[in-house]
Amino acid sequence: MTALADPPIVEARRDGERSLVVAFAVMVALLVVGPFVVYPVFLMQALCFALFACAFNLLVGYVGLLSFGHALFFGWASYLCAHAAKRWGFPPEAAVLFGTLSGAVLGLVAGSIAIRRQGIYFAMITLALAQMMYFVAVRAPFTGGEDGIQDVPRGHLFGVFDLSHEMTMYVFILVMVLASFLFIYRIINSPFGEVLKAIRENEPRAISLGYNTDRYKLCAFVLSATLAGLAGALKALVFQLASLTDVYWTMSGEVVLMTLVGGLGTVFGPVVGAFLIVAMENYLAQFGQWVLVIQGVIFVACVLVFRRGIVGELAHALGVRL
Amino acid sequence: MRLAGSLAFALTVLFGTAAQAQNPIPVKIGVLSDMSSLYADISGPGSVVAAKMAVHDFNPAAHNMKVDVVSADHQNKPDVGSSIARQWFDVDHVDAIADVPTSSVALAVSDVTREKNKVLLISGAASSDLTGPKCSPNSVHWTYDTWMLANGTGKALVKTGGDTWFFITADYAFGHALERDTAAVVTANGGKVLGHVLVPLNTADFSSFLLQAQQSHAKIIGLANAGGDTDNAIKQGAEFGITAGGQHFAGLLVFIPDVEALGLKTAQGLVLTSTWYWDMNAANRAWTKRWQAERPGKFPSMVVAGVYSSILHYLKAVAALGSAADGKAVVEKMKQMPTDDPLFGKGQVGVDGTVTHPAYLFEVKSPAESKYPGDDFKLRATIPADEAFRPLKDDNCPLVSAAK
Repeated sequence: MTALADPPIVEARRDGERSLVVAFAVMVALLVVGPFVVYPVFLMQALCFALFACAFNLLVGYVGLLSFGHALFFGWASYLCAHAAKRWGFPPEAAVLFGTLSGAVLGLVAGSIAIRRQGIYFAMITLALAQMMYFVAVRAPFTGGEDGIQDVPRGHLFGVFDLSHEMTMYVFILVMVLASFLFIYRIINSPFGEVLKAIRENEPRAISLGYNTDRYKLCAFVLSATLAGLAGALKALVFQLASLTDVYWTMSGEVVLMTLVGGLGTVFGPVVGAFLIVAMENYLAQFGQWVLVIQGVIFVACVLVFRRGIVGELAHALGVRL
Repeated sequence: MRLAGSLAFALTVLFGTAAQAQNPIPVKIGVLSDMSSLYADISGPGSVVAAKMAVHDFNPAAHNMKVDVVSADHQNKPDVGSSIARQWFDVDHVDAIADVPTSSVALAVSDVTREKNKVLLISGAASSDLTGPKCSPNSVHWTYDTWMLANGTGKALVKTGGDTWFFITADYAFGHALERDTAAVVTANGGKVLGHVLVPLNTADFSSFLLQAQQSHAKIIGLANAGGDTDNAIKQGAEFGITAGGQHFAGLLVFIPDVEALGLKTAQGLVLTSTWYWDMNAANRAWTKRWQAERPGKFPSMVVAGVYSSILHYLKAVAALGSAADGKAVVEKMKQMPTDDPLFGKGQVGVDGTVTHPAYLFEVKSPAESKYPGDDFKLRATIPADEAFRPLKDDNCPLVSAAK
């Protein structure tokens, strides 16, 4: 019986898995060598944004829900993590957990309102909710207005690892981001993920098959918000700062840009997109506001020339899944 | 992309170390400023010009030093500022950061500077907290602060009858500090504060805030903001007929570029405190002429002059020590050496990092009084150095209590 060949679908799937494993190995290798070549703080920043973009991609790439308010979860989680670490003296792991959970709670509230509508209305509701919370962040006394929450202590992880060392911090961030990355991959490839993709392709048909699509969408929204929250909380520790930039709507726009440039609905696309955009912001900083113009040009070029995004086009050209 | 980035980094590291291996003492100064937004006119590109002039006048070759100046735009965002500072210190071997307008950014950069044991030469930021509760052994606050502004303009206005105040305050560290310090001066001199409204930084429309100020019927509307925000508030206030209705604006922080932007017709009669004015004496005029070769048609603010003087004093301290490596030691040296430069004259860096020099109370001239471009201020009073800045005992600066 074992001599029987696998059916073609399983074989294709295995081929796909192989390319993913290779790509993952390359990514991990680059990230392990990275801090010895490139400035670690830059890498940590890019990793946080990569996680943020992956979380966003989970929603837009696999459920087809374009949220334009993800800065809400990212920014508020970073405020609450910073607040917990600085004013309540939480150790870093508890502060990050607190920030992540706040992302989940905010996701539950925003999600249960927003998923009632689709398409542009969904995007507008998420944007509106995010802007409301932005103004709360501007006015609330604990967020410090324009100053933000500064001088957030990084502390000792589990009371043992001193995170003020750049390399220790890097390892902590890398482990958290890679674990989340694998978690997202698991979600996408679970039966739950298959239902999400079915909803993306044809929601009425998914309903007719007996799925309660609202519940699935809400669940995906909360997962996405939670992971976005984790990214924000980690960023607050890396920069020891939580500021208005992270809750402003441009941050929601930036994550859309990262995901689109990298490749919507691909596993590695958001990571590549995040690294590219963050690198541009860092290395082109001397051009001041021209960075926005350059980003705009890239966005237009991406939409016109390679609509699948960098990783999407690459996967298409090689005929593999990435 | 990542590869290109790594290559670029490898190269900078390579050349960075190669430069250090050479004989002259290498010093790198980063001018971190607002290059494109509301504070760009009072600092920004003008500060970079001033920094380069300071290096030129110091003549590094004569002291066996090699001084480079780099600059960046912090966009008035604390996160952008602190990450640039971090990268400058870690990767680009910057030894000192100068200027840093916007107090929220300065506070964030001050934390990073202290952590990395480098030097922060503050000229553009005003919050008196920088030398108060949040003072640092790694920073020197050169030009002015909110206490000194309040003590100058605030006191002068209360004494001439402006005894009820309403504040329009920029909603961040600087605005809060300026309002707090001014309100303290107003009440201490028998005046009364009727209320305040907080305004987000870089606001285009002041109408609702101005209406609140109008309804308060306060004699003086204190503008605890700066740069483009002050200009907008005063311009729109004129449209609302606030000055015609008998209320007066007190621009608590007004720079000469603001007056130029408003025009003398709108700005005339404003009382302001400044530590430096380009038309004060021959030395200032000569310096301004050189500065204007790079910035034609503009007039240098006190911030720009402060960047020049602070860098000059910093370089002298580095030369005396023979190294820029230990930021704390350099600042300690800067505090030991009396300051002496063509723009601010003789002075002293205090234990808390405040540089003390005389301050001047100016009044903006009317169009009829102004004889030539930039002839904007007339001197009303000189506040001697020992009265112009906050006395050490009121600082709450941990460095001061440690020194006792």
